[in-house]
Amino acid sequence: MNPLTYARARDAAEAVRFAGARDATYLGGGTNLVDLLREGVERPAALVDVTGLPATITKRRNGGLLIGAAVRNTALAEDRDVRTRYPVLARAILAGASAQIRNMATVGGNILQRTRCAYFYDIDGSRCNKRTPGQGCDAIGGFNRTHAILGASSACVATHPSDMCAALAALDAVVHLEGAAGARTLPLTELHRLPGDHPEVETLLEPGELITAVELPPLASGARSAYRKVRDRASYAFALVSVAAVLEVKNGRVKDVRLALGGVAHKPWRAREAENALRGGPATARAFRAAAEAELDAATALHDNGFKIELANRTITAVLAELAGRK
Amino acid sequence: MSNVEGSGRPTQHEGAAQQDTSLTRRGVLGIFGAAGAGALVSTFTGPPGVGPVSLVSEAAPEVLVQRGSGWVGAALSRIDGPLKVRGMARFAAEFALDDMVYAALVFSTIAKGRIATLDTGAAEAAPGFVLVMTHRNAPRMQPMVPFGPNEKAAGNDNLPIMQDDRVRWNGQPIAVVLAETQEQADHAASLIRVTYEAEPATTSFAQAKANGTEGAVYFHHEIGDAEAELAAAAVSVDATYRTPYQNHNAIEPHAVTVAWHGDELVVHDASQSVVHNAWSLAHILGIEERQVHVTSPYVGGAFGGKFMGSHQVLAAAAARLAGRPVRLTLSREGVYRMVGGRALTEQRMAIGARRDGRFDAIIHTGTATHTRDSPHPEAFPFVSLSAYATGSLKTDLQWAFLDQVANAAMRAPGEAVGSFALESAVDEVAVALGMDPIELRIRNEPKTDPLNGAEFSSRNVVKAWRDGAERFGWAKRNPIPGAVRKGEWLVGMGCGTASHIYNRENGGAARLTLTSDGTVTVDIATHDAGMGTETAQTQIIAENLALHPDQVEFRLADSAMPGLVAGRGSSQTTTVAATVVEAKKMLVAELLTLIRADSPLAGLTAQQVGPRNAGLAKLDDPTRHETYTAILTRAKRDKVTVEASPDEPTEMNERSMHSYGAMFCEVRVNAVTGETRVSRMLGSMDCGRVINPKTAASQFRGGMIMAMGLALTEHTHYDERTGRIMNPSLAEYHIPVHLDVPEIDVIWTGIPDPHAPMGARGIGELSVTGTAAAIANAIYNATGKRIRELPITLDKLM
Ligand SMILES: Cc1cc2nc3c(=O)[nH]c(=O)nc-3n(C[C@H](O)[C@H](O)[C@H](O)COP(=O)(O)OP(=O)(O)OC[C@H]3O[C@@H](n4cnc5c(N)ncnc54)[C@H](O)[C@@H]3O)c2cc1C
Repeated sequence: MNPLTYARARDAAEAVRFAGARDATYLGGGTNLVDLLREGVERPAALVDVTGLPATITKRRNGGLLIGAAVRNTALAEDRDVRTRYPVLARAILAGASAQIRNMATVGGNILQRTRCAYFYDIDGSRCNKRTPGQGCDAIGGFNRTHAILGASSACVATHPSDMCAALAALDAVVHLEGAAGARTLPLTELHRLPGDHPEVETLLEPGELITAVELPPLASGARSAYRKVRDRASYAFALVSVAAVLEVKNGRVKDVRLALGGVAHKPWRAREAENALRGGPATARAFRAAAEAELDAATALHDNGFKIELANRTITAVLAELAGRK
Repeated sequence: MSNVEGSGRPTQHEGAAQQDTSLTRRGVLGIFGAAGAGALVSTFTGPPGVGPVSLVSEAAPEVLVQRGSGWVGAALSRIDGPLKVRGMARFAAEFALDDMVYAALVFSTIAKGRIATLDTGAAEAAPGFVLVMTHRNAPRMQPMVPFGPNEKAAGNDNLPIMQDDRVRWNGQPIAVVLAETQEQADHAASLIRVTYEAEPATTSFAQAKANGTEGAVYFHHEIGDAEAELAAAAVSVDATYRTPYQNHNAIEPHAVTVAWHGDELVVHDASQSVVHNAWSLAHILGIEERQVHVTSPYVGGAFGGKFMGSHQVLAAAAARLAGRPVRLTLSREGVYRMVGGRALTEQRMAIGARRDGRFDAIIHTGTATHTRDSPHPEAFPFVSLSAYATGSLKTDLQWAFLDQVANAAMRAPGEAVGSFALESAVDEVAVALGMDPIELRIRNEPKTDPLNGAEFSSRNVVKAWRDGAERFGWAKRNPIPGAVRKGEWLVGMGCGTASHIYNRENGGAARLTLTSDGTVTVDIATHDAGMGTETAQTQIIAENLALHPDQVEFRLADSAMPGLVAGRGSSQTTTVAATVVEAKKMLVAELLTLIRADSPLAGLTAQQVGPRNAGLAKLDDPTRHETYTAILTRAKRDKVTVEASPDEPTEMNERSMHSYGAMFCEVRVNAVTGETRVSRMLGSMDCGRVINPKTAASQFRGGMIMAMGLALTEHTHYDERTGRIMNPSLAEYHIPVHLDVPEIDVIWTGIPDPHAPMGARGIGELSVTGTAAAIANAIYNATGKRIRELPITLDKLM
């Protein structure tokens, strides 16, 4: 690990000021960043600890929730409002990592956690365009069982690994930001980028911009939500495919549906094609399958990950059927 | 059964190992253990003219089963448990020595070639830097001696250790950096810049096979014409089974703390071979064996991965250069890069059967990856040699050579992966015949060893099957695949036979000291890597000397102690038990010399007395009894010390000796996603007498969990383009986690083996065998899908 300086910010303004002055990286729970520092993947000169920022979950007047960026993953998953009103989010978080890691991990850090691509981590032995732009990608011809089937490029096939973000994407979460140029908001689905020719640029954040909170809009009272994660062992494994879904069915027809996939793309993947195919149509298994296929029409397979296309198909279909059936 | 060609001795390979034709297969494997079976093989690649020494003795078998005070068989809790729970058991990396420095390693990133440039300037300028050792300044050292004819050798390879600029595998250590703290050492190591001149390397299995394979002669056997019998069989299965690379993941990474005192080297090691390591280090460093003192009282798991490694050598050499004690702890990545694991295998497994189920042919051949220098052959065909009665048999093992880190022995090497093929194929035959797989196994139960006709010392696997089937509820199994469904989950049951060869090492020796307060101390250089050795041996000693375990101190894992007993081949308990029995005999004889005319024991001979109730008594008249304390006090002695070593282990030369198990498993396979969850497991074992039911059950459960990993999740991502391991971490290399592991039930026949010390055969590796097949067979029963390639990940079941 490279030598660096450390400072703890008391509030957002201070964090942004520190970051601007020191070319610093924000430190949440450190469960991802510290590993990246140890491996030498990231070499910041300074860390600004943002775990002292507001860690509160407050109700909005419109019925939504405002979640401070420093809220720990465990606290968020255990929050009463989250569990009762946004079960998809609670379940997604609890499906991730381990209890110890969730106790440390923050909302901001979870959103900005980096890919688990093994070639990205192997700074000495492997090439990676994300780590070293222009170097080449060893994942494309290597082990890529867990890699992207949607939105990948010839420069990068890495995935965004977060469970929580798949749920946030399905919930139309909005991210609150603060930077040198002031505060702004971005829909979560627009925060992360697809890799294109610049996989090293992963988000639309400006340098030094801080996530201060995440806002959840209210859910319609008839909407049901669910999260399903498919992985190689029962716990403590990243998603091969995960599905976060919010479904509202009325009189056998899909009134509203929001669907997002985890583990399949460089960003939490909002499945708009599937949603468009479903909205207003019948809530039947056949329609669910057709919608899944519409979404995955654009999917492409690498050497090891072709199964994920069919797996995503099946998982989407099963989750929607379950949500529709329980009505 | 005809023409027993190849039973007993090598048939077609040139090499020194042939010189000694008195070796039986049993003798050979018995001596080196299953883990060390490759030892033989290493004589092929080593210098000619050095063959294994015959250790077959003509001594009459002795009745070793003892009756005593009941401590053997008691479910004692681990003696070391409280220390470990309180964090007071000191492991190798927990010795803080004065003036100690910390080591970090730099690993090569190519598989073959030479180091072109090596720039250590930035590292040397880093804070806390003390020293960097590379091939340029490392002391001149001998390579390790691999397991083999030299009984003290315990190396995994015979490669130069930092002696030249050659790179021989991707991940080879090429620099050691010492600094004042671990963090400083890690940082300085990260600043070292290396460039290479790469040479073409063989890093893919396909390429290695194309280069030409070589046969491992000890595993080539032919009885009859198996190919012809197979072709003529009424029912046959002939398929290829594949198992992947796997790596060691003991909870304690390899670590060592070393200090030089003048020319004497003190090594706090994490080891399953302390005496071997002391000898090895002396040999490598060019000093006398007595100048090296290795201790390893607590080890956080070894599994065959913690014999002699190059990390101990690097630490000792760097400590010498620095003139300061060194602690070297491998990172998890370091364990993957330096230690090796199970080799990749591609096995042809064929069985030909009659309509009534009897086997006419068993063929188990194929290829395992290997390195030129490795003593560990991944001998998968071995498991088929004594499993079933068969009209004909053919086994063969070919090696395909790679430029990679040498294989290590990994719990039930060879048998773990070989039994996956064998026991899956038996299940396939059962399906083809429409016969219950347990009945098929019982129908092919051999009366004598199928390979050489030797008698079994004790084989009750049929009872294990019957007991297990009843306990598991096997009768409720629906034999039609895919027929049982609960919601999204397809439910199936499967089974497989576990077997592991019995071993007892030749090097058992003990120092036993009885003190006048009636306590006894026994020193044996054996090991406890978490299995419960210390506890089980304490029980054996208490039993033999008729003492309470509190009166017994068992000390182990110190190279200054007597004995040459590596923790391998599931042989420690049997080896130590035989040694203790011998020590008891010597102690009795010694005590009798102290008996005076006024003692109740006066006039009795060694044949007439034995330990009873913390003393000696006349066997047929226990009222003639005198306590140890009284004997010693009367003789005005503070203590009596005896040194004992048992007869050479010949019991397995004359008989076929194995432990067995009937392994049962129930799985659920998700019909949507292909995810497999093991919902129930039972091991019904036949392993001779169980010394401690608690530690034994843990061993069995642990092995079954390891086999779950083998069956379902574990897979080293070895990038065949570069020879680089891409998932050297517990996050990405999937061993089963708690949530994967169901309740595991364990029972045993409890039938003592009349030919094994204390009636006990080894148990350490047994349950890793057979279980992966039981899981695969259960998956077949659940889904109708026969998966012949491990691990059985969900994509194979979608
Ligand atoms: C072994 C292991 C298994 C895991 N398994 C899973 C899993 O199954 N599913 C899953 O979803 N996740 C998993 N994770 C990832 C885990 O969820 C993340 O590590 C965690 O959420 C990151 O949060 P953190 O607060 O620790 O972030 P940090 O590590 O502190 O930071 C991560 C990144 O976010 C940036 N950052 C942090 N806070 C802010 C902020 N407020 N504003 C701007 N930038 C910020 C940091 O600069 C850094 O780049 C696993 C992690 C490990 C180590």
